[in-house]
Amino acid sequence: MWIYEKKLEYPVRVYRNDIGMARFLMAQYGGPDSELSAAVRYLTQRYTMPTNKAKGLLTDIGTEEMAHWEIVATMIYKLVKGVPAKQLREAGLGAHFAEHDRAVYPADAAGVPWTAAYIQATGDPIADLHEDMAAEQKARTTYEHLIQLTDDPGVKDTLRFLRQREVVHFQRFGEALNDIQALMDSKKHF
Amino acid sequence: MDKRLSMLKEIQALEFFAIELNLFLDTHPGDRAALRDFYAIREKLFAAVKRYEEMYGPLTVFGNAPAQCPWPWIEDPWPWEIEYK
Repeated sequence: MWIYEKKLEYPVRVYRNDIGMARFLMAQYGGPDSELSAAVRYLTQRYTMPTNKAKGLLTDIGTEEMAHWEIVATMIYKLVKGVPAKQLREAGLGAHFAEHDRAVYPADAAGVPWTAAYIQATGDPIADLHEDMAAEQKARTTYEHLIQLTDDPGVKDTLRFLRQREVVHFQRFGEALNDIQALMDSKKHF
Repeated sequence: MDKRLSMLKEIQALEFFAIELNLFLDTHPGDRAALRDFYAIREKLFAAVKRYEEMYGPLTVFGNAPAQCPWPWIEDPWPWEIEYK
C-alpha cells in the first residue's frame, strides 16, 4: 500500500504564467519517458525481480517517481493558473482546453495521451534493468532540453533537482544490475 | 505563512536526505556509515514533522496531529497550491 504525504518532495516556485512551457513540461508528465512511465514501469517490474535489493530499489524509486509526477503536475498547474482560454488558444493549447480545460491530463507535449505501450516488463531482470537505466538517461536529457526552454529561475531550479534524481537513479539501477549479474554468474556450473 | 514555509522546507530537506540514503542502502545494505546517517536523519525528520503537525495539521492521515473537529486533513493548502517564496 501507499500512504500520501501532504507535501511535495521539492518546492515548486513559478514566477509567472508560461503557457508554452506548461505544454513542453507535458513531455515529463505524460510522455514516453515521463515520470508517470517511470513509476508504472518500476512498480510493474518489481514483482519479477530475483533479488531483494532489486525488489526494494524498484519499489522505492517507483514511489519517488510518483512524487516527481506530482512535482511536474504542480509546475504545469501553476504555469497556466488563471490564464484565459483565448491566451491558451494563442499559445497552442486550444485543443487541450477544448477537451480538458486546465486539467492536468496525462498526455505528452504534442497532446498524445499516455499509454502503457511506453513501458516494458519482460520478466527478465537483465532486460528490465537495462530498460530502466536507458529510461533514466532519456529523462535526464529531456530535463536538460526543458531547462534550456525556460528563463524562469523557479522552474529551472525544480527541473535541475529532477534532472539530478535521474542521475542518481541510473547509478542505483546499475548497482542492482551488477548484483544480479554476479548472482547469475555464481549459479553457473560447468 | 513564513514560519510554516520554513518548517516545511526543513522537512523537505531532511526527508530528501533520508530518501537519498534509503536508495543507497537498498544496494549497500551493510554500509555502516550510511546506516548511521539514515537513523540520525530519521530521528531529526520525525521531530521536525511532529513540530509541524502540532502547529499546522497533518502531513499524513496517521500522523502526530492532535485530534480535532472538524477533520483537519482536508484543510488547504494542498501541496500544489503552496506559494513558495
